[in-house]
This record gives sequence, structure tokens and C-alpha cells, in this order.
Amino acid sequence: MKTLMTGNEAIARGAYEAGVLVASSYPGTPSTEIMENFSKYEDVYAEWAPNEKVAAEVAIGAAVRGVRSFASMKHVGVNVAADPFMSYAYHGSNGGFVLITADEPNMFSSQNEQDNRLYAKHAKVALIEPSNSQECIDYMKYAYNISEKYDTTVLFRVTTRICHSKTVVELGDRVVPEVKQFEKNQKKYIMVPAHSRERHPQIEKNLEELRKYSNNCPLNRFEMGDTSIGIICNGVSYEYAKEVMGDNASYLKVGFSNPLPDEMIKDFANKVDKLYVIEENEPFMETQIKSWGVDCIGKELFPICGEFSPELIREKLLGIKPEVSHTTELQAPSRPPVLCAGCPHRGLYQELKKYKNKAFFSGDIGCYTLGYLPPLEAMDFSVCMGGSVTAAQGFQRGNEMAEDTKYKAFALIGDSTFFHSGITGLINMTYNDTPITTIILDNSITAMTGHQDNPNTGVTASGEITNKIDIEKLCVACGVKEENIVTIDPYDLLATKNAIKMGYDSEEPFVIIAKRECALLKPIIKERENMKCKVDPDKCTFCKSCLRTGCPALQIKDDKVFIDESQCNGCTVCLQVCPFDAIEKVGE
Amino acid sequence: MTKNILLVGVGGQGTILTSKILSQGLLEAGHDVKMAEIHGMSQRGGSVTTQIRYGDKVYSPVIEKGTADIIVSFERSEALRWLEYLKDDGILILNEHQIQPFTVTLNLSEYPEDLIEEYKSKVENFKSYNAFDMAKELGNSKVMNIILLGSLVKYIGLEDIDWKQVIKDNVPEKFVDLNIQAYEKGYSI
Repeated sequence: MKTLMTGNEAIARGAYEAGVLVASSYPGTPSTEIMENFSKYEDVYAEWAPNEKVAAEVAIGAAVRGVRSFASMKHVGVNVAADPFMSYAYHGSNGGFVLITADEPNMFSSQNEQDNRLYAKHAKVALIEPSNSQECIDYMKYAYNISEKYDTTVLFRVTTRICHSKTVVELGDRVVPEVKQFEKNQKKYIMVPAHSRERHPQIEKNLEELRKYSNNCPLNRFEMGDTSIGIICNGVSYEYAKEVMGDNASYLKVGFSNPLPDEMIKDFANKVDKLYVIEENEPFMETQIKSWGVDCIGKELFPICGEFSPELIREKLLGIKPEVSHTTELQAPSRPPVLCAGCPHRGLYQELKKYKNKAFFSGDIGCYTLGYLPPLEAMDFSVCMGGSVTAAQGFQRGNEMAEDTKYKAFALIGDSTFFHSGITGLINMTYNDTPITTIILDNSITAMTGHQDNPNTGVTASGEITNKIDIEKLCVACGVKEENIVTIDPYDLLATKNAIKMGYDSEEPFVIIAKRECALLKPIIKERENMKCKVDPDKCTFCKSCLRTGCPALQIKDDKVFIDESQCNGCTVCLQVCPFDAIEKVGE
Repeated sequence: MTKNILLVGVGGQGTILTSKILSQGLLEAGHDVKMAEIHGMSQRGGSVTTQIRYGDKVYSPVIEKGTADIIVSFERSEALRWLEYLKDDGILILNEHQIQPFTVTLNLSEYPEDLIEEYKSKVENFKSYNAFDMAKELGNSKVMNIILLGSLVKYIGLEDIDWKQVIKDNVPEKFVDLNIQAYEKGYSI
């Protein structure tokens, strides 16, 4: 049966058809839907892990046991999982192990543009790159055969355009290979120096075998057309190049890219007049090809930054610019993403922003990062998952050493991010007795990536009820004094204001838990369906106090504010800030 | 020959469901189909786009400037961002409904006036109406997207496909009738 699937759905399908039995993941755009879809299949074990390191280790443990497994994550998640990933490469495999990395050229929802193909070279493991959804299914099956046959981890690298594009696929049957025996083998499974010294040469030998395979595998193929132009390409760049050049060029499509098919590439170079390497981001293939003395054109023509498009390739390769017939002088208003109407973070930021001139707000990764935007602008820093709590401590210590306490340090971290990698930071805060205030924005879900469960929700990836971990008790266990923990409802601005003042004044490690469910959770939408706020136009003086909360439900008509009912959920933050009592709550 | 459809709007307006229905119908009609969308951070009230391409054999999932056969703009100003993508004789369907971003309500950015006039003067094949108000009249502002789908089907000439069946396959049972009504409404415009 033919059907349409996104790359992420297809990767999940490929894993299922390949007989994967265990998988673990931490959500992150553009990878999230891989696990969301895999968890829907029967007869598999699928879980959300608190972070990518945990996910990789769980999948590794399953592979050691002899079953096929994967861990999926966004590109920066691999940094978190890098420790087990790098060293497990020395173990090889038992059951096949695939680590899926979803890279993001152009950073639609990411903090950097790192090219994780480099990780495959760094760790000395096999690397596979599909170009469309059908290849996502097919190549996942190859990945497990390669992992088991060549005793290697396979890094399966996709990019946003593969993950989130729907293309036609044909589904196959599931075949679960016999689970391999686990045989105790300390030299293979315990990486102490004596064993690692023996394993490293073995990995080099495996790589040589993989190089031979790369030159003789169906994932790397010639597509010969006009030979005046030869194009070596990977991933979605192959689709773009085909779109632009069709049969007017020849292609070496690389789907297995570490080790590169060196003999095929040299052969291809001899067959064509002019050789181009078209790859997004880093010159991963190009640098290696040039090091073999093969002449080719790559990054001198095609950019390292951003994503490619057929348009870009047409212009760079053929010098043809698009034919634009409709232009306008008018500009669309800037429309950045924004905290939703009814978002519980708004109330917190509304009060927090009043400390803008006397606090340093160390932020983290999640919806609440949007609090950096006007009109709230209560964030000064954000680097990576979990970095808020620790960087705030460093800032505070810097304050002390500089004898300048103008900015008291606050950390802002969401519940999912707190479980991801904020806990160790909190332990450091109390262990080293650093007087900062950590605010945990607890909306009881992993929201930014589209509502995945986490240790705070009491529900598993497959929807079963499970143990729920209590954040407040966890803070106590991490050494925060009970009297220094305040839990508030961020819809209540007065309580929020008081808690922030306590946090600001405290000279000890302090925690505020701002607890209120994400407004977009289905049960919450239903519960608040009829709750609305309404502006009385006779009382509205158009002072714009409410607009400065940045709520997108607030609109303007004829110099009065009105509230878009279809967005409003009656959170009452606007009502509480209105100095003229012009806003009332309606409905229950 | 590959056809290119561009759906543009604001996160939460239902562009993703529309494109799902559209691509499923096109696939069932025997076309090769590719569809590209961006999820994640840009969804939260920001500008969103979905690109759909269909034909005998489609390679790229993304559309080039000057090649869109039709643009459906779910919000009054969003088409401005994508006008360059419309091909010479391309069609623009506009939902006149306006959503002011906070940048406008806070005077950080301007919402252009006379937009409809501007589109009219630039695009020969231009159709506009307020799908939000029409959907409200039908009983639920959310079916705005299916009204726009009805118009899209009519203007790009895809009547051969049984869209009502595809809609049935993709919306909860209790909303099927409402969505079919919305489809018919859009098709009649």
C-alpha cells in the first residue's frame, strides 16, 4: 500500500519493520515525532527518557542484551549523549544499535547549526543519510544489518527537511530477527584502559571493512546522465540537485557516508568533466575528497550557513535567478513566535520584568525562552539544556569576586528541562551554597516540542500511568531548605510578585515553583472552554497596560482593546494589570 | 508537469490539517506528492507555511520563487511574505481575517492598510473573502481552513477527487457534517 509519511514517521516505521524491540528518546525538534510514532506500534518497548544521555544508554543496554534498539534525538542532543556514544563505539554491538540524529540546517527551532556527520568520523562509526521517507524506511533496515554484521554503531543522520517533509512510501512487513544471546565478555563490554587498547585497533579494522562495504553497497549509487557535470550529493541536497538538473548531469548519490566510498568517488570523478560536491553545512565529503587529490567544487560555491533549496542550487550552478513576477513594496508585520494566550509563563514574566534593572535572568530551553522577547524581556542568557541554573551560579560568584551586586542572579528552567539536566545544577547550588534563586516553570508537560510526557506527568510514552516525581520533594532532597521553597500559581500575580520578592531578598539558595498546566493541553482547553475575559469599551482608556503583557488574544480596534474570544482562556492576567477595571471575567 | 501549492498563515489556523487532507487526496488520485512544513518553535503564533508539490515525479519538497500555481493565505497580511513565490499567472486566495501580532499592538511594527487593494493591483487571479466570519456563521470559527480548502480545490481544478470522503477520513466523526458544509461553502465562492 502506498501512503504518505514524514521522514520521522518513516524512520519509526523502518525501525518497526527492522524488528526493533527497545527504543528511548528525549524530545527535540525536528526529531520528536520519531518516538511519538514508534511508541504507537504494538510489541515494542518505547520510552521518553529524561535526557539524551539516558536515552542512548538505555538503547545501548538493550543492544548489549541482544535486541535491536535505537535512541533518537535532535542534533544538540547528541552532545548530551556524546559520552556513551563515543565509548560504546569501541564496544561494537550485539543486537544492532542505531543512534538517530536530526540535524537542523537553518535552525528553525535550534540554537546552533552543528553538522553531526562529523560525530561519525569522530567516533569511528558507520554513517547513513537518507534523502526521502522511502529511504528512511529502507535505510533503517540496512542500518541494523550493518550494525550487526560490522560490529558497529550506526549514526543515522537526517535533517529538518527530511524529518518534516511528507513523501510517498510503500510499507513492508515486520521481521523480528531472533534475539541474540548475551554472552558475558568483559573485554568487549567493559572499557577499562587495558580493554580499550585492544578494542581501538579492532575498530580501525572494522572501519576498513566498512570502507570496502561503502564502495559496494546499494546506498551509494551512480545515476549517469550528461557527464559534463558530475554531482556528489547526500540527503535532501540530492532531491534539490535532481529537481534542478534532471538528466542534464550525472550523480553519485551518497547514502552511506562514513567511511566514504573512496573508490566510487575517484571513479566518478574520472567519468565527468566538472565535479561538484553539494552538501549542506560542513564540507564533510568535500574535505576528504580534496585530501585524496581529487579536484572538485564545493564550499567555494555553496554556503556553509543555512539550508539549501532548488533555487539556491539553480543560481549557484547555472547562474539562473528565479523569475519573479509579483513584488510589493508593502511589508508584512513582523510575526515572531509568542507565548500563547493563557500561557502560564506570562504571569511569571509579567512580575519578573519589574526586576529587569536589578536581576540577571539566566534562561533555558523551552517555550519560556520566548520570555526574552518584548514586551516581557525578562531573560538575559540562554545556552543549552540545563545551563540556566549553573550559569546563574557562575554569574553570582562573578558578582562576589567583582564586588558588584547590581544584578542578583535568577535561573529560569522548565519542568522537563529541570529533569533533563537541571537537577545536577540544583545540587551544585546547594552543595556550594550559592545564594541564587531558581525558578522552575512547571507547566506539567514538555510543551515546546508538542506535549510529550516526562517524569513530572505520571504518564509514559505509551500512555500508561506511572510513578510521578514530585519536584518540590526533589528540591528538598537536593538540599534546598523547605522554608526556601515557594510554590505559586503564576495566574495569581500578587502571589507571584511576593514570591519573586522573597527570592530576590533571600541570601540563601532559593527555589520558586511556578506551577500551572500548559494552556494548550486538551483537558485544560476543555475545562476552560467557556472562560473568557472581556473589555468594557466604555471603561477602556487605551492605556495599553494589558498589551504590555504581550498576550496575542489582545487586539486593537478603533483605539480600544478587544479580546479575541477564539484565543482567550480567561487566565485573567490582563484583568489583573488593568488599572481601570475595564476587563471582566465571563463564563465558568 | 509538477504543480505547486503554498499555504501560508499563522500558527494555530489549521494549515497543517488542510495540507494533510490535500496531500492524501492527491496521492489517492495517483500523483506523486511531496509536502514540506516546519514544526516547532515557529508554530507558536508565528508565521507558518506548508508547501505541497504534485505531479508524475516530484524531487524537491520545497517550492522555488516564481513557481507557485496557487497561494492560499489564511491571514490577510501573510501573503505579502510569499508574493514573490507566485508564478506569473498564479492564483491568490486570501482570507481577509486579520490577526494582529504583538509587534503591531505594541507599535513595534506596522500592519499595512489597503492590503486588499494592493493584492488586487498585483495579482490578476485574486479571490478574497472573510473565511473566519463565514466559519463563525457555520457555527465554529475553526472550520475556516476547510472553507479555504473548498476554494482551493475549485480554483486549481481538482474537482475529480472525492474530497468529502478525504475530509471524512481526517476529522472526528461529530465534526464531519460541519466540515463538509464548510467545504461546500468554500467551493461555492
